[in-house]
Amino acid sequence: MSLKIVVLAKQVPDTRNVGKDAMKADGTVNRAALAAIYNPEDLNALEQALRLKDRFPGSTVTIITMGPGRAAEIIRESLYRGADDGFLLTDRAFAGSDTLATSYALACAIRNLPHVDVILCGRQAIDGDTAQVGPQVAEKLGLPQITYAEEIVDVTNDTITVKRRLERGLETVQGKFPLLITVNGTAPACRPRHAKLVMKYHHAKTITEKQESNDDYMFMFSARPYLNITEWSVNDIKTDANWLGLKGSPTKVKAIENVVFQAKESKQLVGNDTEIDELMKELIANHTIG
Amino acid sequence: MNNIIVYLEIEEATVADVSLELLTKARSLANSLQCKLEAVAIGHQLDHVGAQVFPYGVDTLFVADDPRLAPYTSMPHTSVMVKLFKEEQPQIALMGATSIGRDLGPRVSSALFSGLTADCTALEIGDHEDKKEGKTYHNLLYQIRPAFGGNIVATIINPECRPQMATVREGVMKKEILDPNYKGKVKKLHVPDYVQESDFLIHVIERHMEKSKSNLKNAHIIIGGGYGMGSKDNFKMLYELADVLGGEVGASRAAVDAGFAEHDQQIGQTGVTVRPKLYIACGISGQIQHIAGMQESSIIIAINNDKNAPINHIADYVINANVEDVVPKMIRYYRQNSK
Ligand SMILES: Cc1cc2nc3c(=O)[nH]c(=O)nc-3n(C[C@H](O)[C@H](O)[C@H](O)COP(=O)(O)OP(=O)(O)OC[C@H]3O[C@@H](n4cnc5c(N)ncnc54)[C@H](O)[C@@H]3O)c2cc1C
Ligand SMILES: Nc1ncnc2c1ncn2[C@@H]1O[C@H](COP(=O)(O)O)[C@@H](O)[C@H]1O
Repeated sequence: MSLKIVVLAKQVPDTRNVGKDAMKADGTVNRAALAAIYNPEDLNALEQALRLKDRFPGSTVTIITMGPGRAAEIIRESLYRGADDGFLLTDRAFAGSDTLATSYALACAIRNLPHVDVILCGRQAIDGDTAQVGPQVAEKLGLPQITYAEEIVDVTNDTITVKRRLERGLETVQGKFPLLITVNGTAPACRPRHAKLVMKYHHAKTITEKQESNDDYMFMFSARPYLNITEWSVNDIKTDANWLGLKGSPTKVKAIENVVFQAKESKQLVGNDTEIDELMKELIANHTIG
Repeated sequence: MNNIIVYLEIEEATVADVSLELLTKARSLANSLQCKLEAVAIGHQLDHVGAQVFPYGVDTLFVADDPRLAPYTSMPHTSVMVKLFKEEQPQIALMGATSIGRDLGPRVSSALFSGLTADCTALEIGDHEDKKEGKTYHNLLYQIRPAFGGNIVATIINPECRPQMATVREGVMKKEILDPNYKGKVKKLHVPDYVQESDFLIHVIERHMEKSKSNLKNAHIIIGGGYGMGSKDNFKMLYELADVLGGEVGASRAAVDAGFAEHDQQIGQTGVTVRPKLYIACGISGQIQHIAGMQESSIIIAINNDKNAPINHIADYVINANVEDVVPKMIRYYRQNSK
């Protein structure tokens, strides 16, 4: 048995390391000050895809990412770790997409592939923390979903058994291909880059990147087709413009505020015995404790 | 028509706290919108759900009862919700931001092309003026949530699409009974009209659900421990303090990540929200994401050896010292001086 596996991976600003300089004076986020990284849980999803490929030789792992031109980096990074190919979905028409418009575009891209058995996503992306795109892609494609996957326990013929980690426990569920799975950060970490694959794919580029770089490797791309990262614009996949970008996004951002907490008038103590005794006495007297 | 609907999470015939909290919030939203509050229970053996939810002011309870609907799986529950929403045309639909609500919400919203905002920390009703289109929208749901790792707060609206959907984490809203004798009615749904055979593609073959061990949400006194506690062993003094004062021990994410405390003890944006009478922050620096979950505590005491720790700005008492020195003194005083 061999499987056609798709991984949806996103390039995100590293919101876990937001420093003071990442906030502009007007309270908006200075995206440029944040490093762009591979969404952490998408790496967990990639690992599950690679494990399926190890187990069922002949399987392929295809990455689809939607984003600006520099998101091609996500595909290269995936190739270094063992993915087979990737598609970068990039077009101005996608700009301003909320989760619904994003999932519509990703679903259209998946439909553009000849055959897919399983789609793997991260549980959620750290820029939005919504965890909505996976289930919405599944709904758009009419596929069942298994969210919060921690381990693929078993695969036999057309049946897959998955362990899910929920906030209050564990659940093991069974489903049939084709289906979509979202993978938790508690699943095994992704394997590191493979030196040989880094060498092999180092020059993998999208058409835009090729046009921008005037290196003389151009001959390579026809000799080594695996170095071509395919770019898809709206015209390359079948879409209805009404469901894309801002137009296709029912949610709008009305306002954004910087978080400020009201500073309180506080009593300063150094923590000696008398002070602590006084404090405790006061708390007992006003019935906060006791 | 155009009411507010809350999806009820039910485990072993008991409605989850998060759903009751949402009902409380939804009731007050329904009052300001002058519409009805509805709830939907999907599962099996749901006879006792009505008695649990009517006191929160539910006017209509829709019940889809079928052995195949429990435990929860995505597609059948989605099908029931989507058809019901098409019939009832609610203006607002709320769900818990739990592993069920976050699995179900996006699927339903995708099927109905309605916007969904995850993890809201506040819900309000308000107007919106779209200057470009020259349109004013009245009585929209403001879906307020932290974004960018908690560094900003965004207000999201869905001007055109209905229902306006949002999920909210457990503990964020307060749970309050409206009237123990409130009378609502039950409407039973004929399940075969709502689900198809083809919805049952995923089968649950094993489940281990645990009851939450910590009782943080209901505690009047909380001792919060942070990374500054240094070790799991040092957390013991916090349990001792909690024990003598009759409180519970919570933790920051850094302390949870370091293994000093359990996951369900985490307080903050990605943990529980608490509002005790007294919060003693021990070795917690007070990053935005932690403060978001405890700032409404009535009295906050910060014990931190860093004079400039951000927690100090929101504390009523700042004790600039080592926790190891202060906590035992508190325990000793209380033991000696309480009856
Ligand atoms: C998307 C996102 C969500 C998050 N959600 C949450 C959340 O829900 N809850 C949460 O808590 N965090 C959350 N965080 C993490 C948060 O940003 C902080 O990293 C975390 O709260 C820090 O924990 P801490 O204060 O215990 O540790 P630190 O920041 O390391 O602070 C330790 C403190 O202990 C003090 N200290 C050290 N030794 C002693 C001593 N002997 N006596 C007294 N004081 C001492 C130090 O001065 C310092 O102030 C989130 C982060 C992100 C990006
Ligand atoms: N622009 C995108 N390109 C590719 N995959 C995406 C994109 N946005 C979201 N995803 C996938 O959907 C998951 C959930 O994202 P979110 O709903 O934004 O939290 C991510 O972990 C990715 O697997």
